[in-house]
Amino acid sequence: MKLSGAEILLKSLQAEGVDTIFGYPGGQALPIYDALYDSDIRHILTRHEQGAAHAADGYARATGRPGVCLATSGPGATNLVTGIANAYMDSVPMVAITGQVSRALLGRDSFQEADIIGITLPITKHSYLVEDPSELARVVKEAFHVATTGRPGPVLIDMPKDVSSGMFDYEASGELQLPGYSPVKDGEPGRVLEAARAIAASKRPVIYAGGGVVISGAHQELLQLAELLMAPVCNTLLGMGSFPGNHPLSLGMLGMHGTKYANFAVCECDLLIAVGARFDDRVTGKLETFAPEAKVIHIDIDPAEIGKNVRVDIPIVGDVKRVLSQLLEVLQPGLGEAWRDRIQTWKKEYPLSYCDNGRLKPQAIIKEIYNLTGGAARVTTEVGQHQMWTAQYYTFTKPRSFITSGGLGTMGFGLPAAIGVQVGCPDEVVFDIAGDGSIQMNIQELCTAVNYELPVNVAILDNGVLGMVRQWQELFYNRRYSQTELSNPDFVKLAEAYGAEGIRVTKPAEVAPALEQAIRSSRPVMIDFVVDREENVLPMVPPGGSIGKMLG
Amino acid sequence: MRHTLAVTVENNPGVLTRVAGLFSRRGFNIDSLAVGRTENPRISRMTIIVEGDDQVVEQVAKQLHKLVDVIKISDITRSPYVDRELVLIKVNAEPASRAEIMQLVDIFRARIVDVGPKTLTVEVTGDEGKIDAFEQSLRPFGIKELVRTGKIAMLRGIKTSSKNNSHKEEDTN
Repeated sequence: MKLSGAEILLKSLQAEGVDTIFGYPGGQALPIYDALYDSDIRHILTRHEQGAAHAADGYARATGRPGVCLATSGPGATNLVTGIANAYMDSVPMVAITGQVSRALLGRDSFQEADIIGITLPITKHSYLVEDPSELARVVKEAFHVATTGRPGPVLIDMPKDVSSGMFDYEASGELQLPGYSPVKDGEPGRVLEAARAIAASKRPVIYAGGGVVISGAHQELLQLAELLMAPVCNTLLGMGSFPGNHPLSLGMLGMHGTKYANFAVCECDLLIAVGARFDDRVTGKLETFAPEAKVIHIDIDPAEIGKNVRVDIPIVGDVKRVLSQLLEVLQPGLGEAWRDRIQTWKKEYPLSYCDNGRLKPQAIIKEIYNLTGGAARVTTEVGQHQMWTAQYYTFTKPRSFITSGGLGTMGFGLPAAIGVQVGCPDEVVFDIAGDGSIQMNIQELCTAVNYELPVNVAILDNGVLGMVRQWQELFYNRRYSQTELSNPDFVKLAEAYGAEGIRVTKPAEVAPALEQAIRSSRPVMIDFVVDREENVLPMVPPGGSIGKMLG
Repeated sequence: MRHTLAVTVENNPGVLTRVAGLFSRRGFNIDSLAVGRTENPRISRMTIIVEGDDQVVEQVAKQLHKLVDVIKISDITRSPYVDRELVLIKVNAEPASRAEIMQLVDIFRARIVDVGPKTLTVEVTGDEGKIDAFEQSLRPFGIKELVRTGKIAMLRGIKTSSKNNSHKEEDTN
């Protein structure tokens, strides 16, 4: 059977179960868009390619299925770059498809030509330039396999225009040809036993759970492990929701803006069980003072993460869910009362708190979103103070409920990601908690939400400044507020101009009614919460400092 | 310490860029990298000489493993292996010094591959020590041009480092 390259591409995508693509058309992608016209695949037209990549990312994180984005060559492709890098840093399964100039024009600086494979080499798990149409079906199959297995990540497929427009013999893809790719799933049994012995010997264990728990769907096993050992659990930013935040053993987030009790517990523990986490510098602070007395067990599917930043005593390479099940089979329950008491005392003595001075407080707004949605909302964030407050004050109890840019820290992530989440979870309440700086980095995507009647809610914690940068300037740059004051548009009018609802809130009493209105509405709603400008995110470990020594 | 890595990769376009790019962006130092295809035309073999302590080299190997095109990595530094480099040297050769140069060529079991009116071009293969020594001995005559291939290496005896094996970990730990 003869089909165009574009038709083969779409057939192969459908064979992988793809029903939605986020994208933006252009010259070299036209054959693909032409084929989409007759296809069952739903295409969501974003207003910028970066929005398409973040939406695919949000879709993937919320559903656990790979996100697919599509752009044309050159500027279309380069506009995806931030979104691809974001997905790479947070191990999100994504397949990015880019149009490319025809094979005969490659390498000649042709119109809208960019070496997107070369540009994205450091930020993709793998990539393909489809030079041979007969390999297209296999390439798509391999791309999805690589993107979704092992440690997930983005894979790029670059499609020359003559490949997508040419007619070729179509055969469904055969075998994968990946001799160098075989991720390990099970933990090595000897290591698992060694870990079990170390756990039995420890008096003050702490579990440090990251995004890997969410990715592997190991939240049940994590809960069992914690309850069996009665060991406290702290989460990384991406690990929030992998352990119920309202559980007595939950310590919340650790690290730079972690809770005091999480950081104290890590400082004093004699065994740190790192599960699907990678010892990011925002977590560890100064390495020499991170868990100084602890033996370290590190469970991760990516061998390269083990020993990358910290010395590990018991490395276990494998899928977190499988390894935890193996571990649970050989573990004995038990833990000294003393450690549990010490942690409960810290939790009582150093709770998260802020000064309620009658002004509109960002923390209170986040708590109210939690209360009014019963904790069932899917929450995305942008990057900055509002993101840290969300991690601190919204009690995440379920995996895949918190979708945020951790590794790359991408301002402008939250709104397009929320769109992807809403597409993937159409019946759920979705909130993008945003800052007034971040929201303006991809605010055009409000139009996408209106266009597709996606009722995403945007809560802007509007303090009129780049809050987190301003906080660093206050604390570490002698209050020299260089370029952090923002002159903002009228967000309410802007929302209305896009066809969404806009609400402005300036007083604490208006918070709940505005949120209720947003949750009830079937349209996208943007709420401009004009909050206290001076509020800082506390506690805080100064950059490069020891996590046991916090400000605030 | 210098480590010798034998790396088998799929002979796909861009594989050298993927490997070399990984070294530069992760801040690893390549001393030498030689690449060519193996007895299987789909598979190429790289010999990479990298400077660093064991921990750095372990991280290098683990990061290389993450590249989908990389099939296998063996750090053969501590195993018995043979290694060779090929070098071409164009050296000033006035009539008065020709005989002496040709004597050196004999001693080092090198070969003269080109004769010019004022130069000789010689090739020599061997391990790094031999090539360094040969270069030193020619230096007084004036070396006009020198080019080395970089080192290639192979384990001695029956052992090989080119076949895929299911536990990649073994070779890096």
